[in-house]
Amino acid sequence: MVNGFQRLGARALAIAERFGRAFLFLLRALAGMPALVLRPGLVVQQLYSVGVLSLVIIVVSGVFVGMVLGLQGYTTLLNFGAEQSLGVLVALSIVRELGPVVTALLFAGRAGSALAAEIGLMKSTEQLSGMEMMAVDPMNRVIAPRLLAGFLAMPLLAAIFSFLAILGSYVIGVGLLGVDAGAFWGQMQDAVEFREDILNGVIKSVVFGFVASWIAVFEGYDAEPTSEGVSRATTRTVVYTALAVLGLDFVLTAVMFG
Amino acid sequence: MTDRSVIDSAQVLLDTRCRCKLNAPWTQFMADTFADAGDHLVDIRDLHFSRGERLLFDGVELSIRRGEVTAIMGPSGTGKTTLLKLIGGQLQPDRGTIHVEGQHVAGLSTRGLYKLRRRMGMLFQSGALFTDLSVFDNVAFPLREHTDLPEPLIRDLVLLKLQAVGLRGARDLMPAQLSGGMARRVALARAIALDPTMVMYDEPFTGQDPISMGVLVDLIRRLNDALGLSSIIVSHDVAETARIADRIHVLHGGRIVESGTPGALYESQSEWVRQFMHGLPDGPVPFHYPAALGFDEDLMSQPRSSRGAW
Repeated sequence: MVNGFQRLGARALAIAERFGRAFLFLLRALAGMPALVLRPGLVVQQLYSVGVLSLVIIVVSGVFVGMVLGLQGYTTLLNFGAEQSLGVLVALSIVRELGPVVTALLFAGRAGSALAAEIGLMKSTEQLSGMEMMAVDPMNRVIAPRLLAGFLAMPLLAAIFSFLAILGSYVIGVGLLGVDAGAFWGQMQDAVEFREDILNGVIKSVVFGFVASWIAVFEGYDAEPTSEGVSRATTRTVVYTALAVLGLDFVLTAVMFG
Repeated sequence: MTDRSVIDSAQVLLDTRCRCKLNAPWTQFMADTFADAGDHLVDIRDLHFSRGERLLFDGVELSIRRGEVTAIMGPSGTGKTTLLKLIGGQLQPDRGTIHVEGQHVAGLSTRGLYKLRRRMGMLFQSGALFTDLSVFDNVAFPLREHTDLPEPLIRDLVLLKLQAVGLRGARDLMPAQLSGGMARRVALARAIALDPTMVMYDEPFTGQDPISMGVLVDLIRRLNDALGLSSIIVSHDVAETARIADRIHVLHGGRIVESGTPGALYESQSEWVRQFMHGLPDGPVPFHYPAALGFDEDLMSQPRSSRGAW
């Protein structure tokens, strides 16, 4: 019994210590960001690998999620004779929830895991130590640009996802199932508010981008410098990001719409 | 100006002003004093360092002279690489001091430490080349980070460094296309890119074929002498290291157990040092790992049931 409590206490302390380390790590990385103004090339390079290279999965997923939502929404609304309101249903679901959440989950799987693995491998092959010995701080040269690129890329990817998902549902609803195009766009325009819906969705995507990028770079930097350690860090990045995004989504939804 | 020339100048000055010739013992005393104070690039005193429960260094005392190739040798796991990390300020000692170029490494601010590191080069065991940069860009990396030199000048400097290690023709290759020996030579070119005063080599000969080994051995010595460097080699490859080292310090049990020239260490009075230097299979370090039971007794005992990890 006592041993059980001891183990529990030790585990809780280890988790608290890890949180503290992650927070200090974030502060150091944020401190390195102002200097990036002088070297925008570093951020652009990371924006390409974190953002542009994630486009394929975001575009394809966005279109398919929109098409499925259009199909499901239409069959459900048809029961109530409200199929002309498909545009509202799709837009609100995507802009408020699915856009930021699904993009963040995809971002964790594509960009987050790549970031964690890259940084973890740099650590295990002594590239980060080598940089330190060349009097170059890896926090400024490696971590800060990747973190900033993640912050910037995620809201843009979420916007692209939402746009394409609405387009996908339009193709299914209007193109295939016969919903009136005017009703689709008109009702959407009436029901979706800029501040209440779009801005809150953007805030969500910014928060998720911040958390997903932070978890990815921290897990990579904190990885044990072995192949097993890097593999664990990559897995942890995806799992922790998914849990954090879903948990934060509930909190943010309760605050914004509750 | 070197310390010797300082002493010579001081003597000439005193000769002319006092019109008195300093006697030989006094000049010898002066020479020794200056040599002690100024000839040591690295001074380690009473160094204690533990990793977890394991005590790695238990009062290490070590001085490394300028201009020499100094080797720190010892069996695997004695903390040789850790010692390099302590000298480079990547780790902090539990107790004791490390002075590099007269500066107390653990007491330096981050800015001060980075300033000192610009005068240090380090060759990691793995090479630690940046895998997303070409050979040329790897060598250019410290120059681009720390200087505002125009690109044509950086190009010339990089080609000079690559020429020095014989890899000018490999400048456009990526690290994945290099052999282990070539990667280390590129890393060496990068380590000397900022013209450091000292270069630390972490196991430079491990896993090299005889030709690559010969090239590296020769390069370390030639670069040390041609560039006026001080080199610290951490290794357990006795023959190769002894070929080029001016002085060897043998690390064992958390302390320096013997120091001297390679020749002196081959003839050491210590059985342990002789076993290490000559690579003898048996001696103070026994061939057999200690076992709880004798061999016959062990064979006759009942086997414990065990389930494999697989």
